[in-house]
Amino acid sequence: MAATDLTLLEVAAQLRAGGVSSVEVTKACLQRIERLEPKVHAFVKVDAPGALAAAEASDARRRAGTAASPLDGVPVAVKDMLSTAGLTTTAGSKMLEHFVPPTDATVVAQLRRAGAVLLGKLNQDEFAMGSSTENSAFGPTFNPYDLTRTPGGSSGGSAAAVAARECFASLGTDTGGSIRQPAAFTNVVGLKPTWGRVSRSGVVAFASSLDQVGPLTRTVADAAAMLQVLAAHDPADATSSLRPADDYSVQLDGGVKGLKLGLPREYFVGGLHPEVEAAVRAAAAEYQQQGATLVEVSLPHTRAALATYYMVASAEAASNLSRYDGVRYGHRSADARGLRELYVKSRTEGFGPEVKRRIMLGTFALSSGYADAYYGKAQAVRRLIRRDFEQVFAQVDALLTPVSPVPPFTLGERVSDPMQMYLADVFTIPCSLAGLPGVSVPAGFTTSGLPIGLQLMAPWFEEARLLKVARAYERGHGWATRGPAL
Amino acid sequence: MKLTVEQVRHVAALARLSLSEAEELAAVKQLQVVLDAFAELSAIDTSSVAQSEVVDEGGPLRADVVQPPLGVERALANAPARSGSSFSVPKIIE
Repeated sequence: MAATDLTLLEVAAQLRAGGVSSVEVTKACLQRIERLEPKVHAFVKVDAPGALAAAEASDARRRAGTAASPLDGVPVAVKDMLSTAGLTTTAGSKMLEHFVPPTDATVVAQLRRAGAVLLGKLNQDEFAMGSSTENSAFGPTFNPYDLTRTPGGSSGGSAAAVAARECFASLGTDTGGSIRQPAAFTNVVGLKPTWGRVSRSGVVAFASSLDQVGPLTRTVADAAAMLQVLAAHDPADATSSLRPADDYSVQLDGGVKGLKLGLPREYFVGGLHPEVEAAVRAAAAEYQQQGATLVEVSLPHTRAALATYYMVASAEAASNLSRYDGVRYGHRSADARGLRELYVKSRTEGFGPEVKRRIMLGTFALSSGYADAYYGKAQAVRRLIRRDFEQVFAQVDALLTPVSPVPPFTLGERVSDPMQMYLADVFTIPCSLAGLPGVSVPAGFTTSGLPIGLQLMAPWFEEARLLKVARAYERGHGWATRGPAL
Repeated sequence: MKLTVEQVRHVAALARLSLSEAEELAAVKQLQVVLDAFAELSAIDTSSVAQSEVVDEGGPLRADVVQPPLGVERALANAPARSGSSFSVPKIIE
């Protein structure tokens, strides 16, 4: 078995036992990256010298008996939304093509403090706007399980890199499903923590009331280990929670006996691919066999979530992206005369079509005369969606749904029709609007070999329970070990 | 509501974006699809939702401790153009 086939916790255990060095596993990852990137294109930037230097430092700590954490020396990579000091951070946009952040995002600093080795930056839809990674200014990422198909998005690079065994874990960001949907498309675990559980400081802002950083890994236990590094209050992010982090591993194998799992009827509707539905129903039946009680529940405002999301997220994006004006950083037009022309030309040249579309929608939703009818209405409906979950979580311990209504689609299939693309997120968006934790767990493959994901949701800050439920399903299957043929 | 090219032009101006004529027409169509989808929401009764609601946790306050600033060189490191310790922009006063 190659070192790159190990899970995050397995390689961490080998590093601890001295069976392998960080330099050795880092080189193994870099070799695999070199071989597979022409096919997969998960990375926008590989930092081989930086990774090897970090690996050498990790090995030195091991020899000195001063390992920084259980994950010291493990090679990882992060989405290009996350600021990395001294390393370009593009957010998948021409606007930030040459942007080198002066500081690390808090989550990147947390990984470095834990001793993790940063291999590079991962591809994504521009400013995380998209569901296929086709909106990247640097070309699409390809699904390792079928190179003619999308790995999903917007954290498509983060998902593909873990699926292709180019790294042992990655970080993505999730605003409406951007961790969970690509995880489902690539047979990996993708965790979106509760909004506020993980710092957003140093993360390129898309929609601040929805954005959340989370890990993509091969197994549920790996996700728990990563969350343990990330979950903390950050004084630099006033919206990060003061609530102490739980121990996410201690009850991981506790099982689901006696738990009530809800199946929201609004998630099993027309348009749901039969093989996806069959996989989710089979998972539900397994939970029942393990001693959980299944309860059919209703989240009546589910249908309204998609339109609500596009109004709220676009309004926040229009506001956040107004900072890109060509003055202090980012793209500046070469031939602008006067300040207004500088703004207009720099933005028009720097942003891609989907980003412009969302800025236009958000600007409209916030404009004089329309803000109450559109943005205000969307915010009110968002409260009702949250209340739906509050009521349902009074009856059940966790919810069980599909992640994406369909298996991975082919590249180019939806990119010309924004509304079709937006529908890819229809089952992940309500969780985001409510700020809940959600996870995508591998749930098998279609008859043509395409990955399927199972989405679980738990109440606010109940990540430990969420991961326990995810682990109870994962334990009975070998999906994680079924790597792509590359 | 029915979106017009004039409205799209107005929104583009607010957003400091310049659209070609073809892009304007495409934007009218694409934004209209989203607005039509949103129109369904008008049937939802939101009268029980207050204008603003307090979030669960109080705003976390931190001690007002002096921290080292970013510093001029690091702040200007990504400047498209600089002049001494300032960002430089095209002349705005004729």
